[in-house]
Amino acid sequence: MAGLGFACLLLGLAICAYGIGASVYGVRSGRVEFSESGRRSVYALAGILTVAFAVLELAFLRNDFAFNTVADTSSRTTPGFYRAAAVWSSQEGSLLLWAWLLSMWSSLALFLTRRRMRDIASYATAILLGFGGFFIALMVFYANPFATTRPAPAEGQGLDPLLRFPTMMIHPPMLYSGYTLCTIPLAFGMGALLARRVDADWIKAIRRFAFAAWLFLGVGILLGARWSYSELGWGGYWGWDAVENASLMPWLTGTAFLHSLMIQEKRGMLKVWNVSLVLATGTLAIMGTFLVRSGVLNSIHAFGGATLGVPFVCLIGVLIAGSIYLVVSRRDMLRSEHRLDSLISRESAFLANNVVLVGLCFVIFWGTYFPLISEALTGQEASVGPPWFDRYTVPLALVLVLLSGIGPVIAWRRATLANARRNFLAPLATALLTLVVLLTAGVAPKPLAIAMFCCAAFVFGSIGQEFFRGVRARRAMAGESVPRAFTGLVRRNRRRYGGYVVHLGIAVLFIGVAASSSFQHASELGLSPGQSTRVGAYTVRYVRPTATITPRYDAAHTGSTLSLGAVIDVSKGGRHVATLNPSEGYYASQEASQGTVGSLIGGQPVSHVSMNAGITRDVWSAIEPDIEAPALQRIVRAGNSALSPEEALVAIGYLAREYLKHPPQAQFHFIVSPLVMWIWIGGLIVFGGGLIAIWPTPSVVRRRVAARSRARAVRGLARA
Amino acid sequence: MNPARKRTVRLTVALSAAVVLASALIYTSFSAASPALTPSQLTRQAQPGRSYQVTGTVAKGSVHRGGSGGAILYFSVEDRAGGTTIPLAYTGTVPDPFREGREVIVTVEKQGSSYIGERNSLITKCPSKYKTAPAGENQNA
Repeated sequence: MAGLGFACLLLGLAICAYGIGASVYGVRSGRVEFSESGRRSVYALAGILTVAFAVLELAFLRNDFAFNTVADTSSRTTPGFYRAAAVWSSQEGSLLLWAWLLSMWSSLALFLTRRRMRDIASYATAILLGFGGFFIALMVFYANPFATTRPAPAEGQGLDPLLRFPTMMIHPPMLYSGYTLCTIPLAFGMGALLARRVDADWIKAIRRFAFAAWLFLGVGILLGARWSYSELGWGGYWGWDAVENASLMPWLTGTAFLHSLMIQEKRGMLKVWNVSLVLATGTLAIMGTFLVRSGVLNSIHAFGGATLGVPFVCLIGVLIAGSIYLVVSRRDMLRSEHRLDSLISRESAFLANNVVLVGLCFVIFWGTYFPLISEALTGQEASVGPPWFDRYTVPLALVLVLLSGIGPVIAWRRATLANARRNFLAPLATALLTLVVLLTAGVAPKPLAIAMFCCAAFVFGSIGQEFFRGVRARRAMAGESVPRAFTGLVRRNRRRYGGYVVHLGIAVLFIGVAASSSFQHASELGLSPGQSTRVGAYTVRYVRPTATITPRYDAAHTGSTLSLGAVIDVSKGGRHVATLNPSEGYYASQEASQGTVGSLIGGQPVSHVSMNAGITRDVWSAIEPDIEAPALQRIVRAGNSALSPEEALVAIGYLAREYLKHPPQAQFHFIVSPLVMWIWIGGLIVFGGGLIAIWPTPSVVRRRVAARSRARAVRGLARA
Repeated sequence: MNPARKRTVRLTVALSAAVVLASALIYTSFSAASPALTPSQLTRQAQPGRSYQVTGTVAKGSVHRGGSGGAILYFSVEDRAGGTTIPLAYTGTVPDPFREGREVIVTVEKQGSSYIGERNSLITKCPSKYKTAPAGENQNA
């Protein structure tokens, strides 16, 4: 089986080489059949990589420990669901996932553009196959997912328990889809420059892919935040970690592009800017992958000395140099057809939004790569922490949210005073009303959070007004009922109203971020059963310890041997609010030196967070039991010296009973965070709005049908 | 002012604003940054009142809890190659993979002869995600 997988990789590499040659020759010589053949080789690559991916997935499901990656990241005790997801937990497997997703998305993009822009698409084919070839070459020469060891080990290392969380199934594929989709606009942008066809056609063709990339990346980022919040025992959703930042940067430039492309479509402006944004987004996506794979920066997504740095640096160097060369050499073609008429217009609002987004990206880029920059400049590696990021990103985020309310209602070309009065009265009133309400309600004086609430209120006001006016106009014209007029409005202009919904979701999301970061109460302390403490307005009491021994599956089905926890009673003003049950899972390790009993629980322990989530606040708890307590260690030591591996589980039973009888003091971490849930709700609204915007509009479908019947009529006429 | 001149002025103003902002950003990043040092470098050059990022392994037998309710975690960080150790007192979140012998990164400030860890700054290098472990890490015994 491993041989089949590796053969697929080699064949894939050959297909890439052929496809690049065929499409470049095809477009240079004008021989369409070669371009066609190049495009088909992308489909072939998708097919061959599907086989390779299936081979690896099967190896994981069948516990084929002859595969090195399977032995390293899976085991018989790893539950089946997580075995299926363990494929992309290893370096090798995630490279294969990247290449596979790239080939699938590229096939879709090239299939949808098969009758248009033949020259641009040919260059794009070559570039996409170049990326595919690069990743396959990495697997063939550096990190082969199909490497085997004979005889196969009897048992594997098991999947890292931190990764045993349902999001593991969907977060990496989402993120990688986002990354790979980012390379499609890049390929077409480069294609357009190479083919010297830089009108709005290529932008129209890849608009939907840019949007899909943005959507997938955004969902991936949010899923990661959610994972961090509910699985890692620190209770935060964003820590300015290098890998988090790496995924945020292409998202920011992608957001900028989605806005500025509208200016190019409508007014023929900002061509250099747009093509640069597309190239930057694609390059940043590759850099994101590089950051994870190279281990150049310290991150909680840590990696000992990974080896893929040099090839990635070469690829990124080629991308940047190529982009700069193409833009500079084609600059005459990229001249604007119009000029900015006024500083108070939708064009300049979009421009401001672009400047802020790119500024944010620059701040994050500088902070993320600062250790490398500092080492290069001063010879001393140094890093900046979250406070530094916050100092710049918080004000920029405020401006951004405000602009997302201004953009939709300000007039194109030149806004007049009458236009401003007509469009801004309601949003401003909403914002001011919010400010007054917040101040009179006695909200703690956190100026930045309150400013964010007011900006969000402004967005609600302006978007609400847009929907209200649209519905009113339809009702006046067609006499429809409100719900009909509403759905009709959205269906007629999905892109516009979908975009508005996205703005609404972003505002909701930032309300959650501002509230939860400014008005959070947290407490970390040791408690013994019966003791209690106050966290914000809540009283939490450690009622009693819990312990479960589950040789195969624990309650959360993550495969821990032992889990120790607590029953926590949460009350507010004497009234019971919730019962929480945080625990810590202990997993088997493969280290024989820990002894027969010790190795059963000697793997990495993982917090199982327990929380009471609500619309207004989350009460979040995590526990760190004292497994090093002398009484417990005595049992482990006694068991180690007396018990064989088959009997070792008995000692774990004793250990659990001892823990329940004489619970040592345990460390707790409690957080009461207001409005966190609105981050996830906001994310869902953004996702919903994105789906509305990305769906083909009825007019497009109709036009396509019409074009087909017209073509049939023409054929009929020709025959007649 | 003719339109072309107006545009040039506007562009100059915008560009200079960008340059000023970027330099502020760059300047603060250097002054706010904490240098990354090993324990032996830290003992040589640490000054009180400045924060440093120390990288090393958690020394064997050095981890214990103290303070009221065990809120303070005491442990020592050792050079990756062994040798110099520095003791430090840390409060805040402890990542799950934290344990003796693991490689950690933590932001510290010198106080007297010992070091205070910045709250929630402890990062553990997770050894098992990708197999290429740093030398000396005995994870696949």
